[in-house]
Amino acid sequence: MPMIEIKNVGKWYGDFNVLADCTTQVEKGEVIVVCGPSGSGKSTLIKCVNGLEPFQKGEILVNGTSVGAPGTNLSRLRSHVGMVFQHFELFPHMSITENLTIGQVKVLGRGKEEARDKGLKLLDRVGLKAHAHKFPGQLSGGQQQRVAIARALAMDPICMLFDEPTSALDPEMINEVLDVMVQLAKEGMTMMCVTHEMGFARKVANRVIFMDHGRIVEDADKDEFFGTPRSDRAQQFLAKILNH
Amino acid sequence: MLDLNLDFAFLTPDVISGYIVKGFVFSLQLTLVAMLGGIVLGTLLALMRLSSKPWLVMPAAAYVNTMRSIPLVMVILWFFLLIPLLSGRPLGAEMSAMITFTLFEAAYYSEIMRAGIQSIPKGQVAAGYALGMTYGQTMREVVLPQAFRNMLPVLLTQTIILFQDTSLVYAIGAYDLLKGFEIAGKNFNRPVETYLVAAAIYFVICFSLSMLVKKLQVRIAIIR
Repeated sequence: MPMIEIKNVGKWYGDFNVLADCTTQVEKGEVIVVCGPSGSGKSTLIKCVNGLEPFQKGEILVNGTSVGAPGTNLSRLRSHVGMVFQHFELFPHMSITENLTIGQVKVLGRGKEEARDKGLKLLDRVGLKAHAHKFPGQLSGGQQQRVAIARALAMDPICMLFDEPTSALDPEMINEVLDVMVQLAKEGMTMMCVTHEMGFARKVANRVIFMDHGRIVEDADKDEFFGTPRSDRAQQFLAKILNH
Repeated sequence: MLDLNLDFAFLTPDVISGYIVKGFVFSLQLTLVAMLGGIVLGTLLALMRLSSKPWLVMPAAAYVNTMRSIPLVMVILWFFLLIPLLSGRPLGAEMSAMITFTLFEAAYYSEIMRAGIQSIPKGQVAAGYALGMTYGQTMREVVLPQAFRNMLPVLLTQTIILFQDTSLVYAIGAYDLLKGFEIAGKNFNRPVETYLVAAAIYFVICFSLSMLVKKLQVRIAIIR
């Protein structure tokens, strides 16, 4: 059973077709990179996976549970699907430690001590142990995004969704976030990443999905994708973002 | 030349504790109850108005718009006169005032809280949901604390207005700060002096609270 299965998913905003007949799957332990021009629906697609965006057609299964089905407990499903956002979305009124523990305590029902230990261990793992007592506003963008990754990992997720995790970062901070993601990928985490970081894709992705106008235009093994993309649109896109 | 012939000598500690303190305590009590009750009820109304369900939005909107379109003094009177007719037993001016003010202020606090909730980026809600939080948890832990902090100066300003408005309970004869001065003024035949002192007390309280709000605004601006 694939970890994430997306079957013929369609979504409309009024008449506008945001997602059209999207089908793909992510196997356990796989790292999938989703790329494409802005407005192509890649962020919308990844938000459909944990039900942050509703969709009108098709089906998405996460570890066998149907996301769109009326009887699904979405909160429970989301509690073990980690998500990292473009704008970090740490809770600014809570300290870093509280950011790392709130989900564990309120959602998973863990004790405060246990949650704190776990949170601090993960904070150490993303290299920010010394910042536990600070508030998000006191950290740089790259540091905040690493905390956001740690916050998601604290929930012991079965897979991780990344929605353009480096797009809002200054160039010199991108690598510190990518390093954490590469490490995570190497440890066998199932990951679906919307990103334009082709270096990251080359390094750890199993497959690359290219989207345009709400459609999955290309869904290929990494080497195949970077070697000879089949669609003209993907070739143009790659030429644009790789040539400088 | 105008000769007011002011004499404040009658305002002895005995007079103050006999006439004024009781009214002052009630005015504070009324302000506090209406503020806390109004913010709680107002927050609920705000959440209803921001929900996606028309059957929640419509009654809340109707309530807020009605309350905001009627003069407070009329609401005070109507409630005081109507409730005994409907329930069969009188409610007492003080109790009636507390309920009326809570219901009335809720409409204003709800508009403030609505603006506060809308000032929180959508991504914060998404982040709460993504961690597996329910709607209630996301509001309680993520959105409302931030909305409340952002809106604190405005909420306090509304509370200052509320404190001034408590003097309107004269309409139903409740014993508040103003009433205390009024009675003392009548008994000692010194109405000008008592109204002057009453005005001074309202001014000092409201003005120092406004100053506090200003300081708070600066502090909040730094935290953000």
